[in-house]
Amino acid sequence: MMPFAYSKPDSIEQAVQQAGPDARFIAGGTNLLDLMKENVERPARVIDITGLPLREVRTTANGGLQIGALVSNAELAWHLDVEARYPLLSQAILAGASPQLRNMASTGGNLLQRTRCHYFYDAAVPCNKRAPGSGCPARDGLNRQHAILGASEHCVAVHPSDMCVALAALEARVLVHGRQGEREIPFADFHRLPGATPERDNCLAEDELIVAIALPPPPFVACSHYLKLRDRASYAFALVSVAAGLVVADDNSIAGLRVALGGVAHKPWRDVGLERSMLGRPATRESYAAFADALLRDARPLAHNAFKITLAKNAIIRALTQAQAAEEHP
Amino acid sequence: MNSPLSGQPLDRVDGPAKVTGRARYAGEYPEPGLLYGSVVSGNVARGRIRRIDCDAALAVPGVVEVLHHLNRPKMAGDDESYEDADAAEGKPFRPLFNDRVLYSGQPLALVVAESLEVARYAGSLVRIEIDAEAHRTDLFAELDNAHDAPAELPGPRGDFAGAFEAAPFKVDATYSTPVEHHNPMEPHASTVIYNADGSLQVHDKTQGTQNSQDYLVKVFDLPKERVRVCAAYVGGAFGSGLRPQYQLTLAAMAALRLQRSVRVTLTRQQMFTFGYRPRTVQRLRLGADAQGRLLAISHEATGQTSRFEDFTEHLVEWSGMLYRCDNVALGYRLVPLDVYTPLDMRAPGAASGVIALECAMDELAQALSLDPLELRRVNFADSNGNEGKPYSSKALLDCYARGALRFGWHSRDPRPRSMQDQGELVGWGMAGGVWEAMQMKASARARLDADGHLWVSSATTDIGTGTYTVMTQIAADAFGMALADVTFQLGDSSLPTAPLQGGSFTVSSVGPAVRQACQALRGKLVAWAKGRYPELAGIDAGAFVVRDGQLQVAGKAYALEAMDVRVDAEPSARRQGFASATHSAVFVEVRIDEALGTLRVSRVVSAVAAGRVINPKTARSQILGGVVWGLGMALQEETQIDHGLGRYMNHNLAEYHIPVNADIGEIEVIFVDEPDDIVNELGSKGVGEIGVVGVAAAVANAVCHATGRRVRDFPLTVEKLLG
Amino acid sequence: MSDVPSAPNTHAIGLYINGEQHHLQVPPWLTLLDLLRDELDLVGTKKGCDHGQCGACTVLRNGRRVNACLTLAIMCDGDELTTIEGLAHGDRLHPLQQAFIAHDAFQCGYCTPGQICSAVGMAREGRARSRAQIQEAMSGNLCRCGAYSNIVAAVEEALPQMGGPRP
Repeated sequence: MMPFAYSKPDSIEQAVQQAGPDARFIAGGTNLLDLMKENVERPARVIDITGLPLREVRTTANGGLQIGALVSNAELAWHLDVEARYPLLSQAILAGASPQLRNMASTGGNLLQRTRCHYFYDAAVPCNKRAPGSGCPARDGLNRQHAILGASEHCVAVHPSDMCVALAALEARVLVHGRQGEREIPFADFHRLPGATPERDNCLAEDELIVAIALPPPPFVACSHYLKLRDRASYAFALVSVAAGLVVADDNSIAGLRVALGGVAHKPWRDVGLERSMLGRPATRESYAAFADALLRDARPLAHNAFKITLAKNAIIRALTQAQAAEEHP
Repeated sequence: MNSPLSGQPLDRVDGPAKVTGRARYAGEYPEPGLLYGSVVSGNVARGRIRRIDCDAALAVPGVVEVLHHLNRPKMAGDDESYEDADAAEGKPFRPLFNDRVLYSGQPLALVVAESLEVARYAGSLVRIEIDAEAHRTDLFAELDNAHDAPAELPGPRGDFAGAFEAAPFKVDATYSTPVEHHNPMEPHASTVIYNADGSLQVHDKTQGTQNSQDYLVKVFDLPKERVRVCAAYVGGAFGSGLRPQYQLTLAAMAALRLQRSVRVTLTRQQMFTFGYRPRTVQRLRLGADAQGRLLAISHEATGQTSRFEDFTEHLVEWSGMLYRCDNVALGYRLVPLDVYTPLDMRAPGAASGVIALECAMDELAQALSLDPLELRRVNFADSNGNEGKPYSSKALLDCYARGALRFGWHSRDPRPRSMQDQGELVGWGMAGGVWEAMQMKASARARLDADGHLWVSSATTDIGTGTYTVMTQIAADAFGMALADVTFQLGDSSLPTAPLQGGSFTVSSVGPAVRQACQALRGKLVAWAKGRYPELAGIDAGAFVVRDGQLQVAGKAYALEAMDVRVDAEPSARRQGFASATHSAVFVEVRIDEALGTLRVSRVVSAVAAGRVINPKTARSQILGGVVWGLGMALQEETQIDHGLGRYMNHNLAEYHIPVNADIGEIEVIFVDEPDDIVNELGSKGVGEIGVVGVAAAVANAVCHATGRRVRDFPLTVEKLLG
Repeated sequence: MSDVPSAPNTHAIGLYINGEQHHLQVPPWLTLLDLLRDELDLVGTKKGCDHGQCGACTVLRNGRRVNACLTLAIMCDGDELTTIEGLAHGDRLHPLQQAFIAHDAFQCGYCTPGQICSAVGMAREGRARSRAQIQEAMSGNLCRCGAYSNIVAAVEEALPQMGGPRP
């Protein structure tokens, strides 16, 4: 890796003051150091934020949960409130990475994971995300793991996180702190599609630091399911994943529905309008299948990933069926 | 003598060193003033280096040197000097030799620095300009450019074409297997210690210390006695250490140039820049009569190789020897591509060749409506048709019987999709496995100390196979001593000659040498003692025991004297009239969720006939590991190349998938009795490869049973299973 | 070439490794793994991939299992670390080490220190009890020799002997 200067600020204000185009915050380091060793990330300064007071998980006034950015993935997955009230989040986190990495990785850092696209990771080949304008060999190359939704001619990478798929379904808000102060970003707006600027994964400004994730009160508890499909039973990135939540009314109609997809796009994929259109329809396999078809209607496969369309549809149906079963047989 | 130690499931003698972290591997020897080398790899599949700019790298404090083809020390210019004991036919790769770029990932420069961090960083500053030329890396696109492999294939026997034409039941199917990389957990590393007298002591990751020694001697024109190569512990190899790899050349080159000690350790990414299991496409044609008797077999395979060497493996021979058949035609061709030369990888040839044969047998069983196990029984061969020799032993029928019984094969409903459980499709498949039982020349020394400790040595290695332990058992038995009083030494080129550790022939080659050395030493001890202590003259040799540091005979103790013996062992003449092989029968249960394309191998039973098993514990581990390899081959492993870039792209352990703990279901290993006093004096055939062979075919056959779908393109990933 | 950044300045840190205090000067880019292996000659912690993809470098940091390859040494200032070298008490092996030998839970031995440290961390987490849970919880440690079945058997055997929060 490149040499870099190291600092460990004591306060959030100090940390954001030190931020800049050549600086990176480090917490768990699980992704940043990996990329620095590959010379994909080449920061001149690394700002160690592990001394900041961002390790708290607390219940908010509205009955939601606020999670400090430095809470580790393992702590969060096994937090009593999360296990009890947001099992979807717990499941999603535990489906990702390995126990060691989950002990290290932070909540904030999880949002900032970069794609696993082979080309992005190999500094010896072109990649528009890593080296804007150099080209995208994945479009016509090895694209089995790549996007079927929301891609652009410049980039077909997918976001690798599992946790973020659950956070999208839970409609989390991202609390960030910059030199101008704090702001809150709805999860759906946090990550972006690649468009013509695939080098930007999200909407954070250079000086902004994620300080917390806020979860609204759980819209569903038992009635949720995280389903991850991958090339081996554990310790592999998702080919397709689904975070599904359901509220079923007494007449067995759908009273609430949330579905976020991972592994298919540059960000966790949701269609809130489509979800809303399902309200009142019977909570049956047929409804889920219709929803899955509609959600994947605009999917555009590349040469090696057409299977993801079928896989995603089947996974949605399965996840919703499981979510429903989870409520019926808790 | 007490009951023999051979045959007992003893713990590994190197266990305590390995579980405490005390075992040192090649890249872990400290040395004052050690320099670190970092390899700079190319990104072009074919071309010529136009310019190398090392200024920025050299400007980094701590950088000592940047070596490349223009400033490297003198190396041999001829190809022969680079040939090693496992070289393929052709011109071996010569690291940093000239400006030719032969494959993507080729080492083009070595940065040597005071610390690893500095070396790696400076490596990223070396600018290399390459005039790229058009490259070809896709085997399937280049099949028209194939040539006959320089392999000694058995000639055609009988009349395949006629017999196939006339056969009432036929299979004609084509299978493909991907490129796979060995990926031992320990990356390749060499620590070259530059001694004050200019001699080199090398700790190398290798399966043959003498192979590495010979290579350095030839390439750098060094006196043999001034190069010593050690490999006390090897963190897995699976074939990757059969040839000296380029980190050795580069580390030695830097040490010689700088007259300092240098270590070069490859990165995981660089572990994808040398040998691998080659991609193959294989056409199998089988013809049979209504009873299932094979009337015709043809196995035609094409594999990839590099442009500089013709790598061959035993890919198709198995189809001429596993079953009885009078009309056999085997063909093997190679396609040279702009890639590195393939390399033997665990059960080379058999692991991929038997996939095609055993899947085709399953397809034939379906065509015949015959139980796949029965089809194999019907075609059992007690002689090797390729060689026209009887097998020295072949307990394959017992493997079938015992494996099937344990698995419960008799309750299999043969109809595809007929077995379902909790929403999953269940499939049962089986396959046979075969691997040659070879024996090479080997030497060993046995030395008895005056304090009664037995030291036995040979320049073999222990890549995790259990050599330390098994040889200790053999030695203790042959000399008649307690295990704790025996130490077996290996992994040092200065020890008596041993072959490369590979091909499952270590026990059968080094074992007899160890046994003979210990027997000879015992004879020498008895003769010496009878001369030294006249009252022992009339006592039977069997009464002589070394224990508690003394010679003990008939209740009396006598002082010992140090003595040693060295023997050279070779295959017996008797063996020549026979063929010898290990065999297996593998039974597999898969559970498939068709909607999601997920597959779980819930059960495997592997029944193995490998002669006499010296250590059932370590041997079982070899088979367990082989099965895990087979599951990886079946379901996950594939090095993916971008043909536009001519470069392997999933060069890491996150995207080159090998099985994880959670992938593994129940695996049961059965060793069937197989007495064999012909194969070698131990009656032992070796178990390093046989565990892999047949597993991937059995999985694919089980998938077909579960789903009705025949997948012939390996590995069987999600998209091929999705309903 | 004055614009080429050179090696970074070093910082003073203190680490407790296997119960022993170390005062060290480290450059920021030094990983905990390279510190252990190259500076302290604690080579029992292995480098299998250097990218958090194999688990061979697993050590216990303040009791939790982590990948030393993706940990900067400088960020461990004041931390307590246990490596494979710190598990046995003299010649008395840790129950897991004993069980690994008894079950032949390794072949080449290269992933073994990481497997054992990982299992110690797993035991402390107290989450995995069934065979399936152990398999999932041990999936962050690759074993190319394929010793998985024996690893699970060894962990199952040793787990009841590993009470208490610390190894």
